[in-house]
Amino acid sequence: MLSRPVDRHYSTAVSNFTGRMRIVSAQSRIRRRRADWRALIWVLPALAVYAAFVLFPLLQSVQYSFYNWDGIGVATWAGLSNWESLFTNPELLQAIGNAFVLIVFYTVVPIFLGLIAAALIRQVRPGPFGTITRVALFVPQVIPLVAAGIAWSWLYSQTGLVNQFLGWIGLGGATRAWLGDFTFALPAVGVIGIWVMLGFCTVLLLSGMGRIDPSLYEAARLDGAGSFAEFFAVTLPGLRQEIVVCVTFTMIAALTSFDIIQVSTQGGPGYQTLVPGVAVYRLAFLDQHLGQASALAIFLTLLVLAIIIPIQRLRRVR
Amino acid sequence: MISPVSERVSRAVILVALALFGVVPLLSLLSTALTPQGSLPQGLAWPTDPQWQNFAAAWNAANFLALLESSCLIVLGVVPISLAMAALAGYALAQFRVPGGSAIYILFLIGLTLPAESLITPLYYDIQSLGLLGSRLAVVIPEIALLMPFGVFWMRAHFSNSEVALTEAATIDGASRWQTFTRIHLPLATPAWSALAILYFLATWNQYLLPLVLISDPSKRTMAGGLGAFQGQYGDNIQLLCAGSLIIIGPSLIVFLIFQRSFVRALLAGAVK
Repeated sequence: MLSRPVDRHYSTAVSNFTGRMRIVSAQSRIRRRRADWRALIWVLPALAVYAAFVLFPLLQSVQYSFYNWDGIGVATWAGLSNWESLFTNPELLQAIGNAFVLIVFYTVVPIFLGLIAAALIRQVRPGPFGTITRVALFVPQVIPLVAAGIAWSWLYSQTGLVNQFLGWIGLGGATRAWLGDFTFALPAVGVIGIWVMLGFCTVLLLSGMGRIDPSLYEAARLDGAGSFAEFFAVTLPGLRQEIVVCVTFTMIAALTSFDIIQVSTQGGPGYQTLVPGVAVYRLAFLDQHLGQASALAIFLTLLVLAIIIPIQRLRRVR
Repeated sequence: MISPVSERVSRAVILVALALFGVVPLLSLLSTALTPQGSLPQGLAWPTDPQWQNFAAAWNAANFLALLESSCLIVLGVVPISLAMAALAGYALAQFRVPGGSAIYILFLIGLTLPAESLITPLYYDIQSLGLLGSRLAVVIPEIALLMPFGVFWMRAHFSNSEVALTEAATIDGASRWQTFTRIHLPLATPAWSALAILYFLATWNQYLLPLVLISDPSKRTMAGGLGAFQGQYGDNIQLLCAGSLIIIGPSLIVFLIFQRSFVRALLAGAVK
């Protein structure tokens, strides 16, 4: 196409124009690039406290992970032994594995249920019904996780609501002390995660659905799409950004969970609900094995970064 | 859109079920808290003779007055300072040519994903060597640091959308950078920083790990940290435990319900940026 004279004219004009633009913007960039040292003062308080009480301890954790130290005596060089036992010690392996199981409960189920809830709330006429559902689902997100852990410990107890409910629907034989059960303790803790995360996902997905261009739905309907086809062809792709935010937020919560489990099971029975967060706390402050605690903590940090950073790429592509 | 009755009914049933999933655990806490102490309560059954004095008993047993005072002191120490620091840094990173600005910003972004577990062990010994262990400052200072990445991210995102024309007009009128910030951009950013204030309040109020590790006296902790100790002490007295949990849930819930609309709107705006 560029061989035609008119187009060539046009393209020279464009390149002239963009060339001039580039010069102008380069000039302004030089003017703005001049380092503004006094602006650093504005950033300094935030940066200083963050560096001193987050970044510095983080580096110390890395250092600790190569030592054996009980917090009182002399630290001795441990080489990679604390790191090796992350992959050989069955207790620590289970803690890491449990964190991945929790992702199913904290991330997959809330997003799935959140999509259903948000789609249904949107179909209801605007009014108190939708608002009440939204608020009711969001409440668990704002209460202290400690209180959530205590509440659910009671719900799961022998005389608690879960067993009462099973009795009502004729499943009285399935009752048990859920958090003390070797098979069911981890899923039971996971359900607490669903309870906490569902509201956040629902509200976020709901607002995302509000941003989708209605004409896309009209086009889909003209093409004869049913509500299911419409959901997969229009709604789901349109929610890409919101879903990535949900996945990021809930996955971090799953991998680094501490409060709920420390309060409800403390990792038990056995190591059935042990997660890295609780293991770090126990290793550091009960077993006084600071090196091992730090190796696990840094491994957890790297794990979170390794999972979260690639997911962020999905956000930009549209 | 007119849909058949059966579809409307099944839609309503699913939504009611989901809403119940959200609130019934809290209702169970309430109904249990109102049963007579020492009785064996059912999961969810409204007591014939509600024992409202259980709340007073829990209040006294856990020394909630001291805990409330302590939580308020910690919140007052954390929220205003964090807000000021985050607003200053966010504004400068958005509006000025800070030397190394993008590197600094990336440093803060990394902090968004850092779990508190990754620093709690050295933090304990750092705070100890500063002589702060057991005092409220032991929680206040690290909490400010932990809240900083999100605040800087949040305020920078907001101030990036500020009107350049306003800044230019103020500069022409002879306003200094500081005046432009405090008199023009900060007031305009009220929705953004007040939402951040609510988030900061909830995060501090609900903070559990830091007080658990850094303050051994439960009465100097935050509400959430104190509740953990209360659970250890009164684990057998289910009525007091439920009443105590509700007392602690109360302030978070009230703040959320009051600011519900602006809070959710701001949260969503920030999350998608």
